[in-house]
Amino acid sequence: MSDVKELATPTEPRLESTASRLRELVAHLRQQRAHLREEWARLITEAKLLTAMTNEEVFAEATSVYDNYVEALETGTYEALQAYARNLSERIIPRGVETHEVVGIVLLLRDVLARSLFAKYRDDFNKLNRILDAYEPAANRIAITVAVGFVQERERIIREQQEAIRELSTPVLQVRERLLILPIIGVIDPQRARQLTEQLLRGIRSNRAKVVVLDITGVPYIDSAVANHLVQTVEAARLLGAIVIVTGLSPEIAQTLVNIGVDLGKMNTVGDLQGGIEEAERQLGYRVVLTKEPAEEPA
Amino acid sequence: MQVPILKQGAYLIATVQSALTDEDLKQLRDALVGQVSKVRARGVIVDVTALDVIDSFATRTLRDVAHMIRLRGAETVIVGIQPDVAFSMVKLGLSLEGVATALDLEEGLAYLDRKVKGHNHEVRTHR
Repeated sequence: MSDVKELATPTEPRLESTASRLRELVAHLRQQRAHLREEWARLITEAKLLTAMTNEEVFAEATSVYDNYVEALETGTYEALQAYARNLSERIIPRGVETHEVVGIVLLLRDVLARSLFAKYRDDFNKLNRILDAYEPAANRIAITVAVGFVQERERIIREQQEAIRELSTPVLQVRERLLILPIIGVIDPQRARQLTEQLLRGIRSNRAKVVVLDITGVPYIDSAVANHLVQTVEAARLLGAIVIVTGLSPEIAQTLVNIGVDLGKMNTVGDLQGGIEEAERQLGYRVVLTKEPAEEPA
Repeated sequence: MQVPILKQGAYLIATVQSALTDEDLKQLRDALVGQVSKVRARGVIVDVTALDVIDSFATRTLRDVAHMIRLRGAETVIVGIQPDVAFSMVKLGLSLEGVATALDLEEGLAYLDRKVKGHNHEVRTHR
């Protein structure tokens, strides 16, 4: 290091600060803007990144990323870039852009700019070294900022969707006086199982239900913990004076229930939802009568 | 705290109004089992709506009450178990096996009517 400095001092009379080197760098990047931007967009297309977007869109985004990038280098503040990265992520995530693509394009830009620095300072190795000293940490920090911004945005979207799914996941529907149905679709994880129990027991109380049909046709499998939970829910419902009829058990779920040794005397099961509702109506004393033939097809 | 026991027609209704000690529970059991034949009750309702916790002793006592009253010739129904209480009971393996339960007092009365009135009616027709 000291060698470099000794060599550097005679050729550069004034001591350059990192800031002044960055200023020089930024001036270079501004000057070369059109050329470097095109080069970068070309590399993105070549590397088959951002395939979900058209070439024009890639070029437009590349321009704004480039300008934001240079600005972050110049000012040394990353808030604007961060905001832009978040905004960009918001726009491109719904179109299926992956994390590796976003990281990939930022790294490509870093390389394009580094190459242009090599080309510019190839005759002055010491100067190149000092410029890179200033450039590399800033460039890495930018890459991290953009990647983290993208991932955070994605996580936020995932959280929102999970929330939405959770709210939609356990509807409690009254089909007749005293008769509720709970159609469950999708995998039941422990958290969802807890929520299901809560909804079912609360539903019994608020609707004064006597019979609940729990339809799990849409549930592919359950593990033994969830199976136990289900059996306990049925028991708890009985303590509230309601009968739970479980319908639509898949062969896998039947297997799981047999494996945990469920007491079949405690568990009412019927093959499908229709059968379950008919059984529930019978228990409630309803008799469904066809009053007239179904209407003819309209002419 | 003692649990008041009211007579309503052919039924006895015990409404628990606050948390009960083991001693209170035993007293409730003895009072119910004693009174059920004294007043010739056909059914007994124990309303536990006010209870936030039903532990193993309470569960066992309620089950004992139901079985003893059955032996003394009447029906018992436990009403008003809260959803959270019900699930914690089941989690702890405390199930009121062989004991009738109903949502609330109204449902409990309807249950006893079904169980007991039919019996009364039968007696009358054979007279």
